This record gives sequence, structure tokens and C-alpha cells, in this order.
Amino acid sequence: MAKKVAFLQGNEAAAQGALYAGCKFFAGYPITPSTEVAEVLSAELPKIGGKFIQMEDEIAAMAAVIGGSLAGSKALTATSGPGLSLKQELIGYACIAETPVVIVNVMRGGPSTGMPTGPSQSDVMSAKWGTHGDHPAICLVPASVQELFEETVRAFNLAEKYRTPVMVMPDEIVAHMRERIVFPEPGELEVIDRTAPSVPPEQYKPYDTKFGDVPPLAAFGSGYRFHVTGLNKMDDGFPTTKAAVVQAEEERQVRKVDANIDDIVKFEEYMLDDAEVAVVAFGSTSRSARFAVNEARKQGIKAGLFRIKTFWPFPEKQIKALSSKVKALITPEMNLGMCTVEVRRCAEGKAPVHGIFRVDGEPINPGQILDKIKEVK
Amino acid sequence: MSQRYEIRFSGAGGQGLILAGVIMAEAASIYDGKQAVQSQSYGPEARGGASKSEVIVSDSMIDYPKATVVDALLALTQEACDKYSHDLKEGGILLIDSDLVTKQPKGNFKVVSFPIINTAKNEVGREIVANIVALGAIVALTGVVTRESAEKAVLARVPEAFVELNKKAFQLGYEKAAAAM
Repeated sequence: MAKKVAFLQGNEAAAQGALYAGCKFFAGYPITPSTEVAEVLSAELPKIGGKFIQMEDEIAAMAAVIGGSLAGSKALTATSGPGLSLKQELIGYACIAETPVVIVNVMRGGPSTGMPTGPSQSDVMSAKWGTHGDHPAICLVPASVQELFEETVRAFNLAEKYRTPVMVMPDEIVAHMRERIVFPEPGELEVIDRTAPSVPPEQYKPYDTKFGDVPPLAAFGSGYRFHVTGLNKMDDGFPTTKAAVVQAEEERQVRKVDANIDDIVKFEEYMLDDAEVAVVAFGSTSRSARFAVNEARKQGIKAGLFRIKTFWPFPEKQIKALSSKVKALITPEMNLGMCTVEVRRCAEGKAPVHGIFRVDGEPINPGQILDKIKEVK
Repeated sequence: MSQRYEIRFSGAGGQGLILAGVIMAEAASIYDGKQAVQSQSYGPEARGGASKSEVIVSDSMIDYPKATVVDALLALTQEACDKYSHDLKEGGILLIDSDLVTKQPKGNFKVVSFPIINTAKNEVGREIVANIVALGAIVALTGVVTRESAEKAVLARVPEAFVELNKKAFQLGYEKAAAAM
């Protein structure tokens, strides 16, 4: 049977990806340019016994999503810059309470209200450093409508597998553009569910490390009782200030991601084998970069593209290797240098890193990147 | 990039230009089996303000999703025409509403003009279908999607009660543009 195809908007694809992954709970507060994610789920979730709730604000929406997840449902919220700022305290709560949740954050111009309908890539640092304290961070940056579907599925998988919040961050262009999408059949993409406890309720501890760095998670209402808090906690979920326990727990939470970087980090290499100039880009900007690389090749310039698909954890190892192979790196991005600073850190001075920055609500066009390639080749 | 064809629908917010672009791209990608990307840019206003919707059609993978040099431009308002005609390709096509765009940009391109909104209002009977009149005209002028695919795409997007209205709008737009060529 032919696969189902559709001409879909990025945000609609994110919502469909969430449904494919088994999302049964959405709480949110509408905000441009992410609203279509909520719109689709408000229509679809009730049909499959799921719940959609529009909360009074973004903070409450984040709290509701944590609650939905702890009650056993795969849970999603969708927002944009100003909403992400509001959610940050509770994102930290989800980190320390080790609650799987997915946040789709569509990047628009900022700070504050900024440019609600203008594209941006300036929330990538907020994805890691927005909430205070040491904590794991996973952030995916898709570049097409198909990929937004697939990466939303993967975001749920990573959230469930590592019991931690995962962010999907398309820029406004990727979220609002429409492309043909081929829907995967059920079972075609991997769908991961959280590990359920293997012990009876009276023996259950929500943070029992004898099961590894990611302890099984019981659903509230299923007969398993446990305590949830934002305080540093012991294996039974109750607060503690015991130095050795707090140290070990904090390290374990961060290790959930740090020890599994190869499982989480995804990237794409294009024309890099003999490249002398490498463009490192993500989201819609990577599409401008690909156009520019193709044009450069036509003109006999050995250019290539490293496309970041997982922004956090950052593809350190790969950028480090790349920087010792090429003469120069170019980092176009719709912000004032957030990815550039990471690439520069990983390059450790082995190759110069040239940023191209735009924050005027216009995309970085292929011509800008091509000019830079010619300048530094 | 020779197979890359870029179309920009522009006018004021609320004129249905994004929908016109979506239908054009659906015709190309779902019914004609080509690659297509539709994107848009608009202000924070719900109505008014210059608005544009861009469609890229290609035989191969489309990387950059926005226009680089525009092959065909529709402008339904003077403001949109002034703002969005600067990157129209030499030898490209400019379709304008003859009542609303009185100052034509200078350049080496083919200008086709007829009263698009007036056609919708007085000949089809509803101003709201001006976007479909314009779409019919763009399909005739560019030939980048087949007439059959475009009609199918229009009809797949409209509620049953408005099928005839939209069919008529599309046909009138197509025929008027074909006659003006």
C-alpha cells in the first residue's frame, strides 16, 4: 500500500510526530509562531482518549505537563521565546524530578516580545542555560518538515529513555513552511516508552540507582506511591542535604546525557570529504548553507556543510575533528553568535571560525554565505 | 538550479495570499509529483500590512526555502508591489491588479495586468475569492503546474458549498491571464 503523503506545515508535522510517538497529553498557552502545534492537538488528542488543556499561562502549562507525565502519559507543550523564558523554572523542576517531557519551542526574534512573526535561532543557549543549576540538556534542531516530524518522535524517545526534558527547536521558517511529508507507518520509526518498575509498590523507589542511571518510573494512580520535589532528593524522592548523596545524585543526572552522547548526537555531513572550507549550520540556515556550498562547488571551491541536528549535547568530537581538517569554518546563524562560540570552543584554535549573524527578522541568504566562503577560502 | 522556479504572491494581510501559495505548492508537490516548498512572511497584524507567500518548485531537492530571484510575482497592492518587486528576475513575470497597482516598477520583465479583485467581486460575485482568481492567472502565466492539478488542489481545499464559486474564480483568472499574454 502506498504510504500516506501530505503537504504539511512544520508545526503540524511536529503535532503529528507527537501523536506518532504516543503523546496523550498536551498543555500549553498559545503563542506565535508555535500555535499550530496546539491547534492540531486540540483537535486530535480528544479523538484518541488524550487530553488537551489550554492553561492560564506558560508557567502553568509547564507544570501541567510535568503532572501529566508523572501520571503516566507522554506529555508535550509548545511555545516560543517569551514562553520559554516563563517555563524555565519548571523545566529545572522536570530535570531534578527526572520527568520525561517534550517542549517544542519555535524560535522567533527576541529578547522579550521581540519579533513574533520573524525567524530567529537565538534560543539555543536558553535550551541549556535557561534554567539555573547543573542539569542535563537535550535540544534538537530540525531543518525540514519531514525532519520536524521525525525529530519530535525522537525527542519523546530520548525524554522517555533518559527521564529528562527534551526540547525541539525549529526556527520560525522551518515551523511555518510547508513541504511534502511521507508519514511513516506505525512501527517504522522506533517508539520508546519509559521503563516501568519491576518491583511491587511497597519496594518501589523512584530514584533507585540499582537499576542504573535512569531508574524506572511508575505512574501516579497505578498503586505506586512516591514523593516528588524540587529539592535535592534521596532514592525515595524525599529531600536530603547529605553531601555525598547530593553530589552523587547531581552527577548522575548530568551523566544520563553525558555518558550517552553518541546515542543522542545526530548530524549530517555534506561534501566534507575534501572540503577546505566547512560551513557549520543548523535549522533553516543549513538550507541556505547547502545552496551556497553547491554554488561554491560549481565555481571550483572545495566547500562542505556540517549540519547540526542535535544542538545539545553539542557535537564536540565531530567539530573538533573537522577543525583540524579544514582551513576555515563558517558559522551562519540567526543570532549574534551562539553556535559560533561553541564551534570556536571545540575548534580550540585549530581553524579560524567566521560567523555570519542576522537578527533583523530576515533569513541568512545563500549569497551571504557564498561571499564568506569566497572570502576565507 | 536551472529547474528551480520561484513564485511570490504578495498583497495585504487577509487577502488569502498564503492560501494561494499553499494551493500552488500542493498542486506541484501532491498532484504533479514535483518538489515544492511554501513559506511566508507577514507582520504581527491580523489584517493589512504587506504580506507575501513564496513557493519554490523544482524537479530536485529544494534546499533554500525562500526566493532568491523571483520568476513570477503577483502584487495585489501598490505597497506590496513597491516592497517585493526588487528581486524580480530579468525576463520574469509580474502580475498586478490594474485598479490597485497604478505605479508599475521599471524593469525588464513581462507585466500582465487586469482588475483581479474587481473580477472576483463583480464577475464571480465574491471579493473573497480574489486569491483564487489570482492563482488561476499565475497558473496560466507560469505553466509551472498543470491546470488540472491546480484545479484539483483548489477544490481539495474548499468546503463543498463553495466549490462552484472557486471553480469559477479559478477559470476566470486563468482565462483572463491567458488572453492577456
